[in-house]
Amino acid sequence: METALAGLVAAFFATSIYLLLSRHLIRVLIGVAILGNAVNLLLFTSGRLTREVPAFIGLDEMVPAPGVANALPQALILTAIVISFSFFAFLLVLGYRAYQELGTDDTNGMRIAEPRSEPPPPMGY
Amino acid sequence: MTSETHDWIFLAAAAPFLAALVAPVLHRLLGARAGWVLALVPFAIFLQFASLVPLVAAGGTATAAADWLPAYGVRLSYFIDGLSLVFALLISGIGTLIVVYAGGYLAGHPQLGRFFSFILMFMGAMLGLVIADNLIALFIYWELTSITSFLLIGFDHSRAASRRAALQALLVTGGGGLALMAGVLLIASVTGTKEMSEVLASGDVLRNSLLYVPILLLVLGGAFTKSAQFPFHFWLPNAMEAPTPVSAYLHSATMVKAGVYLLMRLQPVLGDTVLWMTILPLFGAVTLLVGTLLAVRQTDLKLMLAYTTVASLGLLVLLTGTSSEKAIEGAVLYLFAHSLFKGALFMVAGIIDHEAGTRDVTKLGGLRKLMPITFAAALVGAISMAGLPVMIGFVAKEVLYEGLLGSSIWLLAAAVAGNALMLVIGFAVALKPFLGPEVHTPKHAHEGPPALWLGPVVLGLVGLASALAVGTTGSLLLGPMAAAVFGGPVESDLHLIPTYISAPLLLSILTVILGVGAFLALDRLRDLVARALKVIGWGPDRGFDQVVSVIVRFSAVLTRSIQGGRLEVYMTVTLALVALTLLLPMGLTGTWPAMPAMPEPTFYEAGVILIALLGLAAVVAARTRLTAIVSLGIQGFAVALIFMLFGAPDLSFTQFMVETLSVVILTLAMTRLNLAERDHRPSSQRLLDGTIAITCGAGFGLILLAVTQQAFDRRLTDFFDAYSRTIAHGRNVVNVIIVDFRGLDTLGEIAVVMITGLAILAVVRLSGRRRVPVVPEPEQVVASRHSRGAETVR
Repeated sequence: METALAGLVAAFFATSIYLLLSRHLIRVLIGVAILGNAVNLLLFTSGRLTREVPAFIGLDEMVPAPGVANALPQALILTAIVISFSFFAFLLVLGYRAYQELGTDDTNGMRIAEPRSEPPPPMGY
Repeated sequence: MTSETHDWIFLAAAAPFLAALVAPVLHRLLGARAGWVLALVPFAIFLQFASLVPLVAAGGTATAAADWLPAYGVRLSYFIDGLSLVFALLISGIGTLIVVYAGGYLAGHPQLGRFFSFILMFMGAMLGLVIADNLIALFIYWELTSITSFLLIGFDHSRAASRRAALQALLVTGGGGLALMAGVLLIASVTGTKEMSEVLASGDVLRNSLLYVPILLLVLGGAFTKSAQFPFHFWLPNAMEAPTPVSAYLHSATMVKAGVYLLMRLQPVLGDTVLWMTILPLFGAVTLLVGTLLAVRQTDLKLMLAYTTVASLGLLVLLTGTSSEKAIEGAVLYLFAHSLFKGALFMVAGIIDHEAGTRDVTKLGGLRKLMPITFAAALVGAISMAGLPVMIGFVAKEVLYEGLLGSSIWLLAAAVAGNALMLVIGFAVALKPFLGPEVHTPKHAHEGPPALWLGPVVLGLVGLASALAVGTTGSLLLGPMAAAVFGGPVESDLHLIPTYISAPLLLSILTVILGVGAFLALDRLRDLVARALKVIGWGPDRGFDQVVSVIVRFSAVLTRSIQGGRLEVYMTVTLALVALTLLLPMGLTGTWPAMPAMPEPTFYEAGVILIALLGLAAVVAARTRLTAIVSLGIQGFAVALIFMLFGAPDLSFTQFMVETLSVVILTLAMTRLNLAERDHRPSSQRLLDGTIAITCGAGFGLILLAVTQQAFDRRLTDFFDAYSRTIAHGRNVVNVIIVDFRGLDTLGEIAVVMITGLAILAVVRLSGRRRVPVVPEPEQVVASRHSRGAETVR
């Protein structure tokens, strides 16, 4: 089953990177969102897959029954989901404000930091 | 040879830096009088070093050492022999006078505290340089002198000339410093030690090494730039932009002699070869002549002195380069004499500038009655500089002529010509402003305060006393110094008054005749040099500007080509490299994952994977942004379902929540904006981007496949499974990990979310505030209308 998910992870990464390479802000943003899912799935799969049995401990037991899902990657991913969501939200607001200020969503048009016709550096001392 | 350990050397080496720390505070408390207090520090250092004189005169050395970076064999070690001791005494002694002088010269300057701080830091660096035993420490002190010199030359940083001079000095001496570093490392690798004292004891190892030529050239690169040898001499006169105390201290008595110090220090192990005895005298002689001729050209007192400093440094290099006993004794004597008279004359130039308002020699005259003490000090300095009896300069000149008698006639001729011109400049500085009729000067001239004339007077007296007691000076100070430079015992027999008519005496008389003749024809000589320079038209100083301009242009072009400002280019390069990084190692080592067995998904699993793929395809193919956003939701929910199917309900719930929120926020934000609906990439661009994307995706997929084909290490999972309930008392292992085992991690996560929230708030709020002046808020418009209405009514 890991093989199938490896293929899916490849598709997630490819889609996300294709969108990241676009010049349009909204596509880049969507690319970032998908990138988060791609990484989470990568982590999840590398911790091996277990069908349908969550890592719970029975009421009368002290350790989980053998064959439950791997809890560690789940804990890591839980953190990662939340972090990537806040990252995404911040990027979204940044993009939104950039669009308001600059009037374009084309990254080639956003040249405040690196202006197209930068004056030559001063030659004095 | 006795060697004593004195731990106070550490304190002496650190004291100037400590004083530099308190200097600004002291200046705030005491004003310009802080100079008198701060001068106690170098004075105490001077006295301490003076206590070593008997030990060193008897042929002993003083050392102190502590581990610094033992892993790299770097020790903070000091080692004081005759050479180091004389330098240390000059640095701390003249330093004392300079600190006092600076207090008088810059009295009332708002940044005098900073100046004290800089000059004390420089003093510490210079002192460390001459007493350092460890080569790495020596190099660090060397660079520190360059940096502090940069700060001091650029002290008056509001003037462009100052900034240029500071940068020029830093680039020239710093570049030489790099060469020196390479040379020092080569020396360390050839001799197998990083301690100078052990290098000096290594005998012929360096001379016989295959690396001798590169070592020598690299060391000379450092020494020649620091000591302003032609063609690197140009930074030194420019450094006269610094306040006069700096010129008197750094650019005559101490720092510029660091290069000479290095050459003298290494003379026993690098010297006495054909290469050494060719390069050094050649560059030294050229520098001597160029320096004196350019000095004649100047009318500014400081510049005249600066060019003669260049010339004197050339003379010292010339003498050191002969590797002969007598010439080295002459070099040592001349170095000592030069520090005294040049420091004094610079201070005199500063006093004249300070009290009369100009230092242009053509605009000065008749100051002898107004400034008698300064005049006397200037005269004493000039006599020493001219090499006339009864000053130490005279003894130095006699000995150096004697030393050069055995060598080439050209060197002797250069020395005589240089000394004659030095006499001219010395008397031009000491006589022209003081003799003749009184001239109207920009300021009403009068004698300076004691803080100003103390320095030149003391230095003049020392020059006189050391000449009168020349036997003692020789045996206590200069003999041991010459022995350290020569690398063996030096027979010292110094007399103030020549006992018989010798060849050096005749040469001295010739020098004086030539000098007096040139002095009388100074104006004509000046015109001649000026015309010659006009014909040449180009000098290394202009060359420096050209080099800097080429560097700036080149870096601008380079920056523009590498950082064109197009995000897509940056992203393409970065991601193409990611693809390479993922695939290249597997390709090179041939560790591709094995062919996997066909997966056997259940009906649900196959369905969910298919939904995810559909979602992804829809995002890429979407024609409107709304479709794209909704498709984004599809793949997100598919991921949530995958988590659900593989035993991760917590992940699944979180994912559902987050995806929903993402879609909602994205829709809210993006539908408000007039964004381009479609992907406008041309098909060639799509092809390239698609290739990169698919390669990256394949890379990640293959790596994941390779990972899952390895044996699984369950140790961490077993740990959490075993202790989740037994010690943390929770039955949901994932939750226990989050809130208990990795609780601190979760705290960090919460902090990140909170900070992001604040940042978002700030970004949104910022817009409102910045908008105000451009588009007035409705209330403001109303308010302004009201007031305007009120005015019309009134």
